[in-house]
Amino acid sequence: MMDDRRHGIPDRTRPRRRVLLALAALIVAAALALAWAKAPRAQEPVQPLVVDLSDHLVAITTAFSGTDVLLFGATDGPGDVVLVVRGPPTRKVVRKKDRIGIIWANRDSVTYENVPAFYQVFANRPLEEIAPRSVLARHQIGTQNLDFVPVDQSVTDSFVPGFRAALVRLKQKADLYGVGTQPVTLLANRLFKADLHFPANVPTGAYSVEVYLIRDGSVISGKITPLVVSKIGLGAEIFDMAQQQGPLYGLMAIVAAVASGWLAAVALRKK
Amino acid sequence: MQIYLPIAEMSVNVFVILGMGWGIGFLSGAFGVGGGFLMTPLLMFLGVAPPVAVGTGANQIVASSVTGVIAHTRRGNVDFKMGGVLLAGGLIGSTSGVWLFGLLQRMGQIDLAISLCYVLFLGVVGGLMLVESLQAMWRIRRKGRTPPKDTSGRRSWVHALPFKMRFRKSKLYISALLPLAVGVGVGLLTAIMGVGGGFIMVPVMIYLLGMPTQVVVGTSLFQIIFVTANTTFLQAALNQTVDVVLALLLIVGGVVGAQAGARIGARLQGEQLRILLALLVLAVCGKLAFDLVATPSDVFTLVVETQ
Repeated sequence: MMDDRRHGIPDRTRPRRRVLLALAALIVAAALALAWAKAPRAQEPVQPLVVDLSDHLVAITTAFSGTDVLLFGATDGPGDVVLVVRGPPTRKVVRKKDRIGIIWANRDSVTYENVPAFYQVFANRPLEEIAPRSVLARHQIGTQNLDFVPVDQSVTDSFVPGFRAALVRLKQKADLYGVGTQPVTLLANRLFKADLHFPANVPTGAYSVEVYLIRDGSVISGKITPLVVSKIGLGAEIFDMAQQQGPLYGLMAIVAAVASGWLAAVALRKK
Repeated sequence: MQIYLPIAEMSVNVFVILGMGWGIGFLSGAFGVGGGFLMTPLLMFLGVAPPVAVGTGANQIVASSVTGVIAHTRRGNVDFKMGGVLLAGGLIGSTSGVWLFGLLQRMGQIDLAISLCYVLFLGVVGGLMLVESLQAMWRIRRKGRTPPKDTSGRRSWVHALPFKMRFRKSKLYISALLPLAVGVGVGLLTAIMGVGGGFIMVPVMIYLLGMPTQVVVGTSLFQIIFVTANTTFLQAALNQTVDVVLALLLIVGGVVGAQAGARIGARLQGEQLRILLALLVLAVCGKLAFDLVATPSDVFTLVVETQ
């Protein structure tokens, strides 16, 4: 680009800067147009991985009871496709109950940061056949490779792994972490698709869908597609009001309760 | 039919919630208990986070108590004067209780404290009520319809207290300090346990104050309206844990149940009413005690860090 500009403006001492700028802009535009015109042919070798979602917004409406989003894409040839759906990072406390006398009570706890609120891995075949552990660990693929950061703990370091495993297990029990991998369907070694399921209790926030193209055990290409999980409509308005105008919301909740209680008493009296 | 709860952030079956509301409303109408001691554990069992269960439960109890009070007022079963004195104490008690709750929370183990409180009070209250009402029924069977009300022993020091007031509906002439103190004590406990407090209030009114059972139910409900309204407001303002969608569903079920409950309650005799309530209280107590002692299925629990 710089070369083009020098060719187009041989005389650098020209006083009229406006003309100079206009000329430069023209050349840049021409270069861009040329690059764009060439693009269709160049696309396939340059982009080994193309991905999109059927929807970039998971809208939690009043009738929400879980939803599916279709992920689809194409590769430039044979290879394994691995998908990671990751929710926003959160801070979680894992508590462990112990017997104190005859009563079971919480005793030890470990607090973790950087815990994805939601986590699911998709792959076209078992992960261990696709790539070595080091590669999976580098990209945090698989629950055992998640980078939880223990920030506060009441136990010795040697007991922390038990808490980490419990965190993953409890998340899986709540349907927020996948058990193993979900399937990715490959078509003719070029196209792929996967059904991303989001359960009714899916946490809200900014998600990312990471797609990796892996060939011979190494990552050839990666794409990150954003996905937003958000409350929509009446539910969202109620939530916002509760967050922003707590006292007023509380008063309204009381008024609604008193009114409906009174209404019911009046309505049912006739019977 | 599923519905998404915006504050609890979960999807629930509408009919399960309506049915739960009905059941709690029925108890509220029949026994004069707000039902919080059942509502809170039930909501948590469904997977609602404990703070949301407490805040929303309180909101629902406001409605069912209003319905219950109206039904009992029509039968002339509410002593507003007594209720007012109890309420004054209750507000003092619950405000101090909120402070105490915060203190326990900072010390950790608030969950255990709540469970132990439940087991202790439900056990004592339920046990005493069951024994007393069974004895009363036994006496009636033997002697006919004249249950002897012999509380003269306690009256001696009670009657020596100053600020005497006449509570005509309750047929009592006692010091106002007594119901005020009862209100403070119950208010304190209810703030910690996150319930309206009817299950403590009702027996205390019967056994400590000596009020007639029929008046106790309506008067207790009257007081519960204000205590739970206070809780709802504090929870909504401080913690944003009141889910109005969940509350409204519970209310719809609850108001219908409360009417049915009030009718049944009016038909049952005082002793029968007390035996049933005692059994219910003991059942909940037993469940909570079992959970404390039994080996948990998973010793680990996951909680969201709240700052």
